[in-house]
Amino acid sequence: MATRDRRLLAGGLLLGVVVLLALAAPLVTSISPETTRDVVATRFLQPWSTDLHGVFHLLGTDRLGRDVWARLLYGARLSLGVGALAVLISSLLGVGIGALAGASRGAVRTTLLGFTDFALALPRVVLLLLLAALWQPSAVLVVIVLGITGWMSVARLVFGEARNIVARPFVDSARALGSSRLRILLAHILPNVLTPALVAASLGFGNAIMLEAGLSFLGVGVQPPASSWGTMIASGRDTLVNAPWVALAPGVALVLVVVASTLLGDALQDAWDPRRG
Amino acid sequence: MVALTFLLLHVAPGDPVRRLLGPDAAPGLIAAQRQALGLDRPLPVQFAAWGAAFVRGDWGRSIATGEPVRTMIGRAWPRTVELAGLSLLLSYLIGIGVGAVQAARSRSALDTGLSVTTVTLFAMPSYWLGLMLVMVFAYGLRWLPAFGASGLDADFLPPGARLLDALRHLALPLVTLTLIGIAGTARFVRAAMLDVRGEPFITVAAAKGIPGHRVLLHHVLRNALVPVVTLLGLSLPALFSGAVFVEAIFAWPGVGRVLVEAVQSRDYPVVMAATAVSAILVVAGNFLAEWLAAATDPRLRQRAAP
Repeated sequence: MATRDRRLLAGGLLLGVVVLLALAAPLVTSISPETTRDVVATRFLQPWSTDLHGVFHLLGTDRLGRDVWARLLYGARLSLGVGALAVLISSLLGVGIGALAGASRGAVRTTLLGFTDFALALPRVVLLLLLAALWQPSAVLVVIVLGITGWMSVARLVFGEARNIVARPFVDSARALGSSRLRILLAHILPNVLTPALVAASLGFGNAIMLEAGLSFLGVGVQPPASSWGTMIASGRDTLVNAPWVALAPGVALVLVVVASTLLGDALQDAWDPRRG
Repeated sequence: MVALTFLLLHVAPGDPVRRLLGPDAAPGLIAAQRQALGLDRPLPVQFAAWGAAFVRGDWGRSIATGEPVRTMIGRAWPRTVELAGLSLLLSYLIGIGVGAVQAARSRSALDTGLSVTTVTLFAMPSYWLGLMLVMVFAYGLRWLPAFGASGLDADFLPPGARLLDALRHLALPLVTLTLIGIAGTARFVRAAMLDVRGEPFITVAAAKGIPGHRVLLHHVLRNALVPVVTLLGLSLPALFSGAVFVEAIFAWPGVGRVLVEAVQSRDYPVVMAATAVSAILVVAGNFLAEWLAAATDPRLRQRAAP
């Protein structure tokens, strides 16, 4: 019990701080992430240094003399935003398909489950690469692509729960009282499958952020000048030797967020299903 | 999967012919080239033609380089199997060990420490972990090469040195992929063993006076391995996804890198073949995993037998 609470607390706190920092970016740093002045004099400054304009750079500067800390904060808006929206889409799809499969029977259920298993067996990155490279790459496209490739795990969890609920007596009573199938689905099944959906969503959030960064890293995601953590890692790739902090900072941020969402997901899962963990 | 890819490739904007001939090409030239490549026929006809040719072993030529696709993929797929297969083997061997130690000492300082490590490793994007390893071992310590599968002079080395050269090139991509794999496996094994430990037959075994380590190895671990082997099949798509990134980072000449490059240049025949081959690899892996699951769990064998 104690461990569970600690994980929930640590994960929630970490995510909360990152989200807050991203939202309050203009308050936390006075530097704009796109500011470039004298490129030659201000580029590749080490962390914790002050440039010749008297501007302090907490995490140093990149090859164009842009402040890494400011870019990290503003990049967080894009990375977290894309992750959150993508998870929203995949959760809606997953809850819809999972609940429908759980509530129906026969051919409808078999088809939905078969489709889910089929989608689950595809290497997600291959699909992502295809989709992302085929249309003009943009942040919106990444949201959609991540959304429509991430619903399967939600659907499976929701389906498992929905199937159990349908077998419960209160659903029978609702049916006996003349509730329509749609009403049973909306009023009885949906509210009860929200917990597993939340578990899957919080695990999926970390995954989505990681994949967004991956797509942007390969150049098929968010396009410059807009920058997410993935484009930052990609731009730091060429300067690993003389300016490792450019790739290090967004990577560490990414790992922290993914760890936080994993802890949160694990803790929620144990709280929902105490047999595990 | 293959039909889906085909459809997606063709509804998407971006024309390989235009890319091949450049933006200033005359319309007549473009039309002629389209006809030569068969891109002007209706989609179902194109797909049927492609499918028939694929089965015959005629996978077409790369639009970008003119090289037969079969040669490209034939060169690439053993590299992916080598990298992913070795990584899978090591991930499971080490991961099961780590998970078992954690479950045996659950809630100790060691368990907590390992949990923190595995959660952190599991949270690392493969491409970033790869970059960090390159930074330390290739640029910092200069121990290992940063990319490729062999050195420039590999063909001129004696067999022993050539093997060493290959191993040195394999080291970083393999470690990157395997560290993440170990973390995933260890987390799952730990949870599976703790699940089994709560079962009544474990209490019975302990009550019969069987020593603790014996119960753990013969009763808990053996039963926990069933879901772990099932996980093997489910983890293959993720493994392949990881391999795509790792191959791109380390310029490892496998299917993943071929795919990334083909997608970037809209090289239809190569994308189609690489997707088909990756789907085949994953499905083959799934069969292997099911067979393994049957080998570990007699109950599954009986169900399949009659």
